[in-house]
Amino acid sequence: MNAQPTFKLTTTINGKPVDAEIEPRTLLIDFLREYLGLTGTKRSCDMQVCGSCTVLVDGKPVSSCSTLAYEVNEHEVLTIEGLARNGELHPVQQAFLDEYGLQCGYCTPGMVLTTIALLDENPKPDDSEIKSFLSGNLCRCTGYFPILNAVRRASEKLAQEES
Amino acid sequence: MLNQKYGIGEKAPRVDGPSKVTGEAKFTADIRLANMLEARVLRSPFPYARIRSIDTSQAEALDGVVAILTGTDMSDIDPYYGHAVRDRPIVAIDAARFVGDPVAVVAAENAQIAAEALELIRVDYEELPAVTTIEAALADGAVRVHDTDALRLGLFHGLGDFRPHDNICYEHHMAKGQAETVFAEADVIVEGEFRFPAVYQYALETHAATAVWHGADQLEMWANCQHPYLVRAELADMFDLPKANVRLHVPFIGGGFGSKSYTRMEPIAAAMARKAGRPVRVVNSVTESMWTSRRHNMICRMRTAARADGTLLARTAEMWLDTGAYADNGPRVVATAADAAPGPYRWTAYQVDAYGVYTHRPPSGSYRAFGATHLEWIGESQVDQVARKLGMDPLEIRVKNLLKPGEPVRIPGKPMDADLIGDIRKVAEGLEWDKPRPPRVGRGMGIGLLAAGSRPVSTAFARLESEGTVTVLVSTSELGQGARTAMSQIVSQELSIPLSQVRVPDGDTMVTPYDRSTGASRSTTLAGGAVHLAALDLKDQLIAIAAAKWNVAKSDIILRDGRAWVGDQSATLSELLFYHFGFSGGELFGRGIVRPEQGQGTYAAGPVFWEVCVGGVEIEVDEETGRIHLRKIVSVADVGTAVNPAMIKGQEMGGAAQGLGNAIFEEMVFSDGQLLNGTMADYRVPKMDDIADEFVSYIVQNEDGPGPYGLKGVGEGILAAMPAAIVNALADIGIHINELPATPERVWRAIQQSKNV
Repeated sequence: MNAQPTFKLTTTINGKPVDAEIEPRTLLIDFLREYLGLTGTKRSCDMQVCGSCTVLVDGKPVSSCSTLAYEVNEHEVLTIEGLARNGELHPVQQAFLDEYGLQCGYCTPGMVLTTIALLDENPKPDDSEIKSFLSGNLCRCTGYFPILNAVRRASEKLAQEES
Repeated sequence: MLNQKYGIGEKAPRVDGPSKVTGEAKFTADIRLANMLEARVLRSPFPYARIRSIDTSQAEALDGVVAILTGTDMSDIDPYYGHAVRDRPIVAIDAARFVGDPVAVVAAENAQIAAEALELIRVDYEELPAVTTIEAALADGAVRVHDTDALRLGLFHGLGDFRPHDNICYEHHMAKGQAETVFAEADVIVEGEFRFPAVYQYALETHAATAVWHGADQLEMWANCQHPYLVRAELADMFDLPKANVRLHVPFIGGGFGSKSYTRMEPIAAAMARKAGRPVRVVNSVTESMWTSRRHNMICRMRTAARADGTLLARTAEMWLDTGAYADNGPRVVATAADAAPGPYRWTAYQVDAYGVYTHRPPSGSYRAFGATHLEWIGESQVDQVARKLGMDPLEIRVKNLLKPGEPVRIPGKPMDADLIGDIRKVAEGLEWDKPRPPRVGRGMGIGLLAAGSRPVSTAFARLESEGTVTVLVSTSELGQGARTAMSQIVSQELSIPLSQVRVPDGDTMVTPYDRSTGASRSTTLAGGAVHLAALDLKDQLIAIAAAKWNVAKSDIILRDGRAWVGDQSATLSELLFYHFGFSGGELFGRGIVRPEQGQGTYAAGPVFWEVCVGGVEIEVDEETGRIHLRKIVSVADVGTAVNPAMIKGQEMGGAAQGLGNAIFEEMVFSDGQLLNGTMADYRVPKMDDIADEFVSYIVQNEDGPGPYGLKGVGEGILAAMPAAIVNALADIGIHINELPATPERVWRAIQQSKNV
């Protein structure tokens, strides 16, 4: 094998500290999928258009296909695998189930994480705010209506939990 | 928990939902085998080029490269595939025939190394003159894409006596009566030339395949294929293996829409793994998937004739569909397009001539509602045009001419099996058809037919284990359409057990039994039919056991709430198995087989059913920009019986979104055979902020389908209806479109043209 230079990565993935030696050119998506086996993060367009590979870095949605792994050095990454706690689904995950907000499921991890970022920033978004925030996440199966309903429902549910 | 039952007609939750919201669901590219290599494909930069030689020495010298596959490595196998026409080598042998045609494959320790190695391969190409449009391919003296005399037909060709010739890969002709004679006597004639673009299915998950050889004669693969049994047959044939020696696993598929029907990346993965002597995974980029499968672009000339009272008399249609460099599913698409040309109407005469044309462009295959999507907007715009000329209402002219149940559709073939007039009236109701239209607001409707079901051969097993859990073995692929949920509901209904006690695992050709394919809206009707029979078989066995246990007649036993009952005595399924086997072990098998009538070999009275492609829209057009705003979509799903209304509505919404894309956004743009918009930054699909203000969904349940409970398939029709409805809504406000997509520019130009008239 080539003696590629390596980079010592220290990061937090789904609440757990991770240390790794990686090639500097390693993309975050490949680090997650191939190095850590976290295959819930999906690859599609490879150019930050479709949103399938979205993960949250310090709570903000990021396209892992266009992010180098070293960029998350000393940051916190949340992937779809880190959402459910003790087998209990996050309210956003449950809302996608309840509203049939998925079919093939390929865009779903990115949709769910982007929704969490939206509701974190804006707990009571109106429809146009939802559509605008999620317009960077493509879905070819649902026609988006059920996803819109899932986001509305999640927003209501989270508001109830707050009160 | 036991009472939480989700049988037929219930809004059951998706059984695959929890694994999909947690990231646990495994797709093909998520599966990593021990010692696995990653493959990348070198693809031709020329639309047509002879390959003089390939120098792989530098690439082979790169650390981490394990093996490289080229056209010279395949002398001990039959490298050609193609289920219809065997025109396609695994990688180019003599020549590359489109920009993107695989020329060599590198297997390396990781994907980055494989990608680097591609840059080091030197190919000596001799660029040749190419035919990159339908017109060029049909011109006198045109360069031939293939030496058609040397082409063999595929394992599932369905071409009849036809043999490809010139640049014609397939042609299909249909006639009733003497169209020209009828035209001569008509009161109204409308005619036009129409163009439909090349379109990309864009399943978010790209094509992927992983192969491992066990010894020299056992091939095991994981692939995102819709039709594993057809792919298995092609692989077995190419590598000269018994079919049983090829094992195909089909994990969850990240959208299919036809793009993953038939053989895709499987031969490349299999041949590469064979050469490398290690497991190999190949995953396409989006650009590569655009080069792998797309929808046919088409040119069509159509004429429609009618009497002054609005009776439709005759239609002629000539169409040329660009199948690209390889036939793929082109012949079937051409035949289905021809079949869709007359539409759902009663005619005195028609003449349809359809041609599949080879060009030096990426191959075209299946895409949801193929053929119907190509033709419905054309035929339906002519029906509206006739109505306008006669001062008739578009609804009225349809009601007058639509086929009624039992009327012949094509001869031979299945007569009309749906209530089309009821369906189109529902569209009108949803659109509030008679309400006055605000300015710049147009309404349009479309109705058509899609020959659905493909060949009706499907089989299934249902295993009842000793604690009462049923595992359904069925090879329908789960593409997102909800097959596993529908199958679970059927079993839940028949055995009266909760959905949580039914499981449907991944397809696996070593374990899950034969199913012809996952497409043509056939799964719930045919595979579901097999599952239904398997469940009934189990039910019968359980009732026999209960009757023996209580020494009563079988007819005295009923199944309810997960138990067998006689009077007020009851036993759980688990207790029945304990009684039957004498201890807590053993299991029962139910068997279901769906096949055509014995001895006919084909589905003589085909299609399995007519899928109704019906819908309507209300749009508003910005005259300054030409932009179309969708105010309302009306969908009518004519399903016979709804297994899961929520999932049917989901299919309609998703199909409508794709129809919207086909109608107003999407086009693969080519220049000299080069795809100019080959990424998702350039190829525009509908986004969340493009959705209609309102979606009105009706589900029609007339129990008139051939499946269990009188059900029939759904999910494709609305796609075909959308472009028709949108083009008619545009015409409703004086904007006439004869080329899709109806982009803002085309709409704006049409507005200017109408002002100049």
